[in-house]
Amino acid sequence: MVTNEVPTAEEIRWLLEQVVDPDIPVVSIAEIGILRDVAVSPEGDVVVYITPTYSGCPALGVIEEDVVSVLTEAGINSIRVEIRHFPVWTTEWLTTEAKRKLANYGIAPPDSVLAVVPEVLCPQCASDSTAKVSEFGSTACKSLWVCTSCREPFDYFKAI
Amino acid sequence: MSTVTDTETFVRLLTRHGDDNTVIGQRLGEYISRAPELEEDLAIANVSLDHIGVAMHLYEYAAELEGGDASVDGYAMLRTERDYMNALLVEQPNTDFAHIVVRGFFFSLYQTLLWEQLASSADERLRGIAARALKEATYHQTHYRRWLVTLGDGTDESHAKVQRAVDGLWRFTAELFEPVDGDGMLIDAGVIGDVSAVKGRFDASVDAALEEATLARPTDPFQATGGRTGMHSEYLGHLLAEMQWMQRTYPGATW
Repeated sequence: MVTNEVPTAEEIRWLLEQVVDPDIPVVSIAEIGILRDVAVSPEGDVVVYITPTYSGCPALGVIEEDVVSVLTEAGINSIRVEIRHFPVWTTEWLTTEAKRKLANYGIAPPDSVLAVVPEVLCPQCASDSTAKVSEFGSTACKSLWVCTSCREPFDYFKAI
Repeated sequence: MSTVTDTETFVRLLTRHGDDNTVIGQRLGEYISRAPELEEDLAIANVSLDHIGVAMHLYEYAAELEGGDASVDGYAMLRTERDYMNALLVEQPNTDFAHIVVRGFFFSLYQTLLWEQLASSADERLRGIAARALKEATYHQTHYRRWLVTLGDGTDESHAKVQRAVDGLWRFTAELFEPVDGDGMLIDAGVIGDVSAVKGRFDASVDAALEEATLARPTDPFQATGGRTGMHSEYLGHLLAEMQWMQRTYPGATW
């Protein structure tokens, strides 16, 4: 990027495709719905708006740092990351692409938040014979499941 | 926060709820690695983290409004028990797993009702913090309720232990719904709801869960109070000493 030109919001968004969720490094913060908006002032001051997933998600701080470092490397000097609390993040904001990547990574993607009983497919063998082992898993966004067909344990990205 | 003119009252509200979440988060943190099964250790750690996160977002907002030297760490690490405005329930010790379940059951039920009200606050930032916390508290409530029923309607021993916890902790539930000084102004401004108005819903949900768990609500009408004005049980000072000693011994230490 040419440093003495004011970047467009689209260029910033393109650069931010490099910023991934540190806990799930196959999906970008845009795909997972954390990146909400980008604003560029006529003077070239960049504001990046992000929304936290879970209240205590420790990835948020890392994401803020990564946003600043990616944009700094691209020659942008004035960067501000703003936390946008409202509206609240929901797994409905995950893109279809993000869900596909999660499944390939071994994490069952979230079903619709409206589903009373979520359909949780085994990310290994695609069986729907799966059972919840624990409501809580390795990170706030996941619960622990097991496939009763292939016997593999796996994480399910909770629908909220 | 354009709808409220008295910033100090709003800051007190934010820190008070921040204190609830800090203290319960710290209490649950103490228990990690001691749960009866591995999955429960994961659960306790996750629930604790949710609470610490909520506290952080509330303190952050309070610190911005208060200005000056106010900071998240300052609120959490440099105030004494007389400054903490948390409810007495959250500081009660981890006596046994039954106490953790019952304390968590009462508190998460209260929080679902609280966050539900605050999720329609006239203040947009508080609305967002509350709406996210509501999803988390609802999840906590499901988890604790399941344990309450499992233990209550379990063996004679688990039933006796969880009934003892209900008997011991029920006395800290009325305080959660007591009005606090300044609430009236915030209610008038639409920033908060009237939490005393949902006490009936709390009682009804408690009764339904206790019935399913074959447990009984204590008949002793005594209710303890004082946490919201900084008058705490002996347990809070010990909790804060454990939590704060590092920051007090090495002020400003970071890693």
